[in-house]
Amino acid sequence: MATTRDYEPNVVLSNQDYNVVGTRPLRPDGADKVTGRALYGADFAAAGLLSGSVLRSPHAHARIKSIDTSKAEALDGVRAVVTSADFPQGGEGPVVWQRDNVLASDKALYRGHAIAAVAAASPHIAEEAVSLIDVDYEVLTPVTDVQSSMKGDAPILHDSLMTDELGEKADKASNVASHFQHVKGDVKAGFKEADVVIEREFTTKTVHQGYIEPQAATALWNNDGRLHIWCSTQGSFAARDACAKILDIPVSQIRVVPLEIGGGFGGKIDVYLEPVAALLSKKTGTPVKLVMSRADVLQGTGPTPGSYAKIKIGAKKDGTITAAHAYLAMEAGAYPGSPVGAGAMCVLAPYDLENALVDGYDVVVNKPKTAAYRAPGAPNAAFAGEQVIDEVAKAIGMDPIDFRMKNAAKEGTRQVHGPTFPRVGYEEVLEAMKSHPHYNAPLDGPNQGRGVAVGFWFNIGFDSACNIAVNADGTVTLQEGSTDIGGTRASIAMQAAEVLTLPYEKVHPTVVDTDTIGFTAVTGGSRTTFATGWAAYEAAQDVRTKMIDRAAQIWEVDADTVELEDAVFKSKSDPELSMTFAELAGQLGRSGGGITGTAAVSPSGVGGAFAGNIVDVEVDPETGKTEILRFTVVQDAGKAIHPSYVEGQMQGGAVQGIGWALNEEYYMSDSGTMDNVSLLDYRMPTSLDLPMIDTVIVEVANPGHPYGVRGVGEAPIIPPTPAIANAIENAIGTRLFALPMNPAAVAKAVMDK
Amino acid sequence: MPGKTYVQTNINGEHVDFLCEPRQSLLECLRDVIGLTGTKEGCNDGNCGACTVEMDGRIVTSCLVLGVEAEGKEITTIEGIADGSTLHPIQQSFLENAALQCGICTPGFIVASKSLLDQNPDPTEHEIRFWLANNLCRCTGYDKIIRAVQDAAVKMQEA
Repeated sequence: MATTRDYEPNVVLSNQDYNVVGTRPLRPDGADKVTGRALYGADFAAAGLLSGSVLRSPHAHARIKSIDTSKAEALDGVRAVVTSADFPQGGEGPVVWQRDNVLASDKALYRGHAIAAVAAASPHIAEEAVSLIDVDYEVLTPVTDVQSSMKGDAPILHDSLMTDELGEKADKASNVASHFQHVKGDVKAGFKEADVVIEREFTTKTVHQGYIEPQAATALWNNDGRLHIWCSTQGSFAARDACAKILDIPVSQIRVVPLEIGGGFGGKIDVYLEPVAALLSKKTGTPVKLVMSRADVLQGTGPTPGSYAKIKIGAKKDGTITAAHAYLAMEAGAYPGSPVGAGAMCVLAPYDLENALVDGYDVVVNKPKTAAYRAPGAPNAAFAGEQVIDEVAKAIGMDPIDFRMKNAAKEGTRQVHGPTFPRVGYEEVLEAMKSHPHYNAPLDGPNQGRGVAVGFWFNIGFDSACNIAVNADGTVTLQEGSTDIGGTRASIAMQAAEVLTLPYEKVHPTVVDTDTIGFTAVTGGSRTTFATGWAAYEAAQDVRTKMIDRAAQIWEVDADTVELEDAVFKSKSDPELSMTFAELAGQLGRSGGGITGTAAVSPSGVGGAFAGNIVDVEVDPETGKTEILRFTVVQDAGKAIHPSYVEGQMQGGAVQGIGWALNEEYYMSDSGTMDNVSLLDYRMPTSLDLPMIDTVIVEVANPGHPYGVRGVGEAPIIPPTPAIANAIENAIGTRLFALPMNPAAVAKAVMDK
Repeated sequence: MPGKTYVQTNINGEHVDFLCEPRQSLLECLRDVIGLTGTKEGCNDGNCGACTVEMDGRIVTSCLVLGVEAEGKEITTIEGIADGSTLHPIQQSFLENAALQCGICTPGFIVASKSLLDQNPDPTEHEIRFWLANNLCRCTGYDKIIRAVQDAAVKMQEA
């Protein structure tokens, strides 16, 4: 059980002080969210609203021979039934896969695959109607794990899918969608130089993002032809654009209104319900709401892949890594597109390697199409890579942090897939780990162990827009297009406040719909505080310049002579000329009109993030249960705009990693169905399973952002699974090579020792 | 299909009567019939705690209570926790401690935490973790939630 410690549990190793940036104000949407007023996806209401329900395949792999909806349509209260035949047809490749994933056409490719949908007067009538739809299936043999699916005799999911083998298309159907390679140096020669070479194989099971709010969407296909969608999404523009493709209509015909979102972690980027609700609304002429059940979420929305990895690392006795080879194969689910590409970019990223090779395989299986999940692909890869690093360090007798430091990637290091690192904070993260009281505290009991591991995530930039308008009372309103999943209204408003030298409370941010703001990419890729924050910074600079020009105009002086400091405009030449931001704001109307600032950015200066964990466990050798005794997360945030929410990302990511390490998995039956489709049986960590999660925010400013922001959301989920595996090895003297490391697996490892 | 049943309850201190189908849960009645959407559905089988409300002094997951079972009961939902325009100390503490990220589990946590502190004004960390173990949060890792409840307990005792 957690105990009180004689040190500060949450530390910020700060690089620069600002007025607003780096403080911890209350979030602007807070009052709504602690009183139940905030409206989430399923809370939306409208006059004449119908409820929908979706029929899902009971089979993991089946040909759909026919669908008879007549009995459902005849049920009292039913207003419309749709199938994939109601979508515009045609196209090939990704658009067909996306459309077929939303409603299956010729084949059901996983249990839970949507087949048809009903709109009715109540959710109960819609559910009854769904049960009256007759589908004639030809049941086929499923394949649900990556290694089986890669075999030559595996059942084929798509007759038209040919392997892209290092850029060459194969000529026969396969479940391997692609094989790619990243090469640097000469791995053969490198392994020859090594004193120690260790090669291990690893597997991980499918796990789910586990957001608490099931997907929900309401659509109204209005009588003027415009489609309005109210939904819980990580990207209102991404949802708009996906619906436009699937429905084959221009993006301008659709307005997406993002409601509050109850968690996403990557899983609410893809659309599932939105195009179906749109079809139902088009048929009925009324708004239609679709809400998933928890079983629908687990069986029908993107999990993150099960995977297989083989890692080989060689090092000299002095600790220099001479070569590394990572072979990664990941399940894409029913359609191509696993996160193996991202995993391949991250698996060896923490190391400055002369010789390295990464092989990646994207493999379809009869499971839901995978969706992004927090640093997608990287945790699977790190579970493998970071354990072999630990084993090599032990074999040559080096402290695992010292071993990482000796081989640490730094500014100028060329990554295996090509790019060279700009300034990154990896060495600073390792230093903070090494000097942390946790790393230097003794363990106090038998069957206890300590492990460390690190993780890298590259983060993304992409497009963001922001509008800021000055109010006559000296406040400003700020509009942005990034849906706020974890406090980004605050972190974006804070960057605008900093530029305008206003107190945070004077900036009122709102997340607006796709008709109201310029294109803004998804809340994902750890990009929102970085890129939308940058848009806010630029929009605020626009306001600042215009306000200075206005003051100069009123004073009849040169704009160059006017400055803004602590929310007061001053003339550098005449100390008599001074006016507060609010005073000037109040005069805008009679001095030339109101002032607004806008910005649309697509920043390229993305800063990658490194995170590290120190974890202590105690293993019960009889039951195999692993208890987390102490957990410390260290991460380079670049600059923590709102440290509390950065800590929240670090703690939340760590705990998702703990669940992945110790409990979570899809239990698949022989017939390819998921057996644990509830939150009782798909067991995510509860408060009782955990200690406090201590944090150290390291700040090594990203030179590619005005305030040094790197983005923090994803990196924290990468190190936990290997750190815990390394700690278990330290506790019981034997290593586990498969996730999850649940009590049965750990007890078996103890017995087999 | 059987007809609707007339149910009389007290919700958040006021008499509320409503009509519901026998198959509708209290959660559905609160959200879809009465319009109190602050209570959330996360799983509809009692495992996530997002729909936690207080009924006759005990916390229940309202998805596992039928609407007709609310007859004659006193119910407190998230909408009844604040005192008019003044937030309850637990609500304030959740804000000050950044104890929510997406916020979907927050109503359930606040209702459950209030029930804990009403019965045990000075709980240990373990007692808080045990009490809240039926409320799932996927964003925070619980750290800041536990601290918010500890902080609220101190402030409520000082008040």
